[in-house]
Amino acid sequence: MLKARVIPSLMLKGNRLVKTVKYDNDLYIGDPLNAIRIFNEKEVDELIILDILASTESKGPPIKLIREIASECFMPLCYGGGIRSIEDISEILNAGVEKVAINTHAIENPQFVKMAAEAFGSQSIVISLDVKINKKGRYEVFTRRGKQPTGLDTIDWVILMQEMGAGEIILNAIDRDGTLQGYDIDLIRAVTSAVSIPVIASGGAGNLSHLVEAIDYGGASAVAVGSMFVLHGKHRAVLISYPSPQELGVIGI
Amino acid sequence: MIVIIDYHSAGNPNSIRNMLKHIGLDSFISNTTGDIEKADKLILPGIGAFDSGMKNLRDSGLISLLNHKVMDEKTPILGICLGMQLFTRKSQEGSASGLGWIDAETVRFNFSETLDRKYRTPHMGWNSVALKQDKPLYSNMIEPRFYFAHSYHVSGINSENIVTTSLYGYEFISSFIKDNIIGVQFHPEKSHKYGMALLKNFVECY
Repeated sequence: MLKARVIPSLMLKGNRLVKTVKYDNDLYIGDPLNAIRIFNEKEVDELIILDILASTESKGPPIKLIREIASECFMPLCYGGGIRSIEDISEILNAGVEKVAINTHAIENPQFVKMAAEAFGSQSIVISLDVKINKKGRYEVFTRRGKQPTGLDTIDWVILMQEMGAGEIILNAIDRDGTLQGYDIDLIRAVTSAVSIPVIASGGAGNLSHLVEAIDYGGASAVAVGSMFVLHGKHRAVLISYPSPQELGVIGI
Repeated sequence: MIVIIDYHSAGNPNSIRNMLKHIGLDSFISNTTGDIEKADKLILPGIGAFDSGMKNLRDSGLISLLNHKVMDEKTPILGICLGMQLFTRKSQEGSASGLGWIDAETVRFNFSETLDRKYRTPHMGWNSVALKQDKPLYSNMIEPRFYFAHSYHVSGINSENIVTTSLYGYEFISSFIKDNIIGVQFHPEKSHKYGMALLKNFVECY
């Protein structure tokens, strides 16, 4: 039986690990390598690392750091941020990473996703998208850390990305980020009904029941978790945690 | 000497070397004839598409040497994911001929319409393996689980060579052993302690 994956999702800003709320108010979490060592010891299912500077400041992916991170990871790793060329992907995969998440550049050039999937196989090409309900009450894709609307309808977009050969989707609900209030189940269900590739729900996890909801009601194949695994308590103290297989087993994951 | 074959496929030779190093085993990532001739254990990694994998392997000029090492010298070889699929005769993923060391084919996950909605492709994530026969490859593991990421799997392998199957919509072959030829569909290099145990077993027992 395939288990739904529970995936710590970490945000890099340069060499610093940060956590945001609704893509704003960065809180410094610590040294990425240290956090990754702890997650590795906890035998997490997978890790997602998104560099939020690489794209907005048009810097390329930080290959040296990615290589260091990969050498500590004995679990699958997905890196996203600043990927703009086939060479970028090649370098990242060669550094020991399994999957790359493409966001901004897929919007700029959807054909790039097709080229990438043909070159590296769909299982390595993940589309990350940032979604918010727009003024018309529809789920719209945003870029620039959720600041800039693209005019793209979320469902049209994920269907196109699947056609281009994406192997997986990271679905970020901007307004749930860092809120601990639960995933946007309607959004997840709309996307999982529209595509046949796996969908990783992201944004809003605050407790283990939220994970179950995203999987059972949303149809997500995996859940990405940020704040809940790096912060603790109402004062948002930094504490890295991950549920044990027994804790996950009890709730049916 | 353990050689991880580098054939410029979107493989992940560094992940494998990292894990081998972590369990105290030295290995070389190489595509040179000299290294591969000297190897007493070979690992063929690989992620990506079947045809481009075969093309890269052909372009590296190593196929006749690998045929000799594997089929004549019987050097143990571990194929991982696409690396394993390349051992077969052909794949539904493309039109290129595989290495043909195993009389089997690589086929796409094929779900009936009712199953299709529930079972997404790629099969991606952690799954268990059911042992069909006791092999040292799986010793020292309790309820092993491994990380999978694939849309294709091998089919038609002689049942005496099937070592494990896994369940995703239906039962498929997740590893096989035929003499010195070992194939695993999952990624031991990304499967924590279970992957470490499997790689150690491969090096020590074959």
